[in-house]
Amino acid sequence: MARGTIVVETNRCKGCELCTTVCPQDVLAMSDSFNARGYKPVVLVDPKNKCTGCALCAVICPDAVITVFRLPNVSRMSRAPLARAQAMAA
Amino acid sequence: MTPIALADYDVVYRRPDALTDVQTHYCPGCTHGLIHRLIGEVIDELGIRENTICVAPVGCAVFAYNYFNVDGCEAPHGRAPAMATGIKRVIPDRVVFTYQGDGDLAAIGTNEIIHAAGRGEDLTVIFVNNANYGMTGGQMAPTTLAGQVTTSSPYGRDVDLVGMPMRVAELISTIPGASYVVRRSVHNVANINKTKAAIKTAFQVQMAGLGLSMVEVLSSCPTNWHMSADGALKWIEDAMIPVYPLGDYRVADAVEPLTKRRRPDRSQNGSLATIPEE
Repeated sequence: MARGTIVVETNRCKGCELCTTVCPQDVLAMSDSFNARGYKPVVLVDPKNKCTGCALCAVICPDAVITVFRLPNVSRMSRAPLARAQAMAA
Repeated sequence: MTPIALADYDVVYRRPDALTDVQTHYCPGCTHGLIHRLIGEVIDELGIRENTICVAPVGCAVFAYNYFNVDGCEAPHGRAPAMATGIKRVIPDRVVFTYQGDGDLAAIGTNEIIHAAGRGEDLTVIFVNNANYGMTGGQMAPTTLAGQVTTSSPYGRDVDLVGMPMRVAELISTIPGASYVVRRSVHNVANINKTKAAIKTAFQVQMAGLGLSMVEVLSSCPTNWHMSADGALKWIEDAMIPVYPLGDYRVADAVEPLTKRRRPDRSQNGSLATIPEE
């Protein structure tokens, strides 16, 4: 499995919870504390590193608060076609 | 196990450059912000940020010019297509788009959008349909569904009294000057991606000078519908889409090739023969 992580711009998050409804790994939760605007923002709770960096949370986020990262070379299978395409283009 | 530094990761997704760092005033879960982000991503992908002019409407999106990192101006209520026509005719090398809600485009501005389409202006219109007047507190709009309760139709929209909801995409698609008219929705991730593809095509139609392009987007209004953000997206799917079917209402022959470009060519050995645009 690909391995990824996310970074949330906590003070921009409005706590709408849409990202938690689409996460396939179920690693997103709402914070217990408030942010500067008085909303409870989303946090990544991922002790077992289940996040794959699929970016579904970022795609549905209405406030563009999520930046998604993915670790390179973890899954050679899924990256092989892209690497081949890049080699052909180079 | 040593912890992995963030610098070791590839960035898969980040906030587009075409959005400013300003926090939007939209309610939590409102898909206005989502549609802004899709437009921002498309502007970045097409590389037209320095060359784009946004015309903001009156309505919830009245401050849109603060949120897009492009030049912008504010039109009187419903008059965005008229103002955009003026801008585009004076500086035709710019990409001009209007961002309008249903109270703006489908009510007071019906005249302007119909005649802009009639003239075949090279504009892109993003029409956000959330079935009420959101900014003023959720009153009945021309697009309000039959029986839908709003602050000005407390017993539900009475179609005998005020008529049936207006289907704008179907209406504009009958006008020859409009070359690309589609309706999309943002109620789940798959449809969000389809909406983004349609917005990209709409901008490319304008850049190719093929006439007016309009994308109607079914959008949620959790506050005025009195629903959770998630429940509002389900209401789009269950209640709105049956009344406003998604689809391509007009794709002119000249536009057809633009709608095909996003499929990578897998004809050789089942692998990617060319890199997709993004």
